[in-house]
Amino acid sequence: MPKGKDTALISWKEVPFGCYILEPGNSVGFKTGDWRSFRPVLDKEKCVKCGQCYIMCPDMTYTQDEEGYYIADLTYCKGCGICASVCPKGAITMVVEEV
Amino acid sequence: MLKEWAKFKGFSAKNLPKEEPFAPGHRACQGCGEVLALRLALKALGMNVIAISATGCMEIISSPFPYTSWRVPWLHVAFENAAAVASGVEAALRALKRKGRFPRNRRVDVVAFAGDGGTADIGLQALSGALERGHDFVYICLDNEAYMNTGVQRSGCTPYGAMTTTSPPGKKSIGQMTWKKNVPAIAAAHGIPYVATATPAFFLDLMNKVKKAALVEGPAYVHIYSPCPTGWGTKGEDSITLAKLAVETRIFPLYEVIEGKYYITRKITKPKPVEEYLKRQRRFRHLTEEEIRKIQARVDAEYERLLRLAECL
Repeated sequence: MPKGKDTALISWKEVPFGCYILEPGNSVGFKTGDWRSFRPVLDKEKCVKCGQCYIMCPDMTYTQDEEGYYIADLTYCKGCGICASVCPKGAITMVVEEV
Repeated sequence: MLKEWAKFKGFSAKNLPKEEPFAPGHRACQGCGEVLALRLALKALGMNVIAISATGCMEIISSPFPYTSWRVPWLHVAFENAAAVASGVEAALRALKRKGRFPRNRRVDVVAFAGDGGTADIGLQALSGALERGHDFVYICLDNEAYMNTGVQRSGCTPYGAMTTTSPPGKKSIGQMTWKKNVPAIAAAHGIPYVATATPAFFLDLMNKVKKAALVEGPAYVHIYSPCPTGWGTKGEDSITLAKLAVETRIFPLYEVIEGKYYITRKITKPKPVEEYLKRQRRFRHLTEEEIRKIQARVDAEYERLLRLAECL
């Protein structure tokens, strides 16, 4: 980076007046998935599609696919393991994330 | 039952709202129970809502510049005045409707979020004033039982015996020396139409209570118990288990106060011993048998008192 240039995330010239944030919910651009050390893995044979994992996830990770299964989108998953602990059938297991 | 709830059928597992007013990408710790409570509350309220946040964890994790996790209009205010600002927003909405600059029949809910410090200690007089004036808003206290944002200092809602950085256990101290402040009872003493307690472990119960609070004409107060893995010294995955145990051991009973009448929404007939709840947390690990018996006696007495309140009315 050349000296004297702006090294910040956003240059001051691009910051809106009063530091307002003009786009609602733009934190979707911040991927919290790289905090993760454990990854949830779903066993579809045990899953009863109850949706407990979807509603209990603090990071809005789970979405329903066409067949009705709740699939984890690992972009935001912090690997807390709440989904595995609330699953009534034990269909979700946490496995160590490979590097 | 109040007449405002006549059209509200209640949420069930089949008709959960699809929209997410709180966006992912927030920076809460792994397994945060507070952000889960916030997400569920906002999911119940929907998109037609103006949110006011006092300073605290939920403000910090949702709005590090240049990001925001809020998809609804949101105001961040100082620690003490979330309720005061919410009443101002509600008064402004009413004025705009009176002047014809805002559609009269469009329903917008005003909701104030604050932590237990912002409710029980610092914001108590602003909350009391707003409840007294009778503004039509919802006040939600997300109670994680200490000032977690600044590094676990004790607050009025910290339970007896808990270790925090400002109530350290040692030879002459057992940790927090006072009992938890009963904020729902303080709110109910104002004679407001709706007060409730909830926990994210029973998510339908939480969502229904928040929605009912929003539908009520006049002020409503919801106290949500939210586990904090960082401050309590628990595993992230145990958040929901702990929230469930707090209800099953009668430490945090779930009830509603509708126009002064107490209703217990989840009766616990066979309570688990409090030891089961206390032993899972690092903040309680210094407690002796005698102290645990003392806590058990207090929990039983409080639940008895609540049962009497619910029965005699």
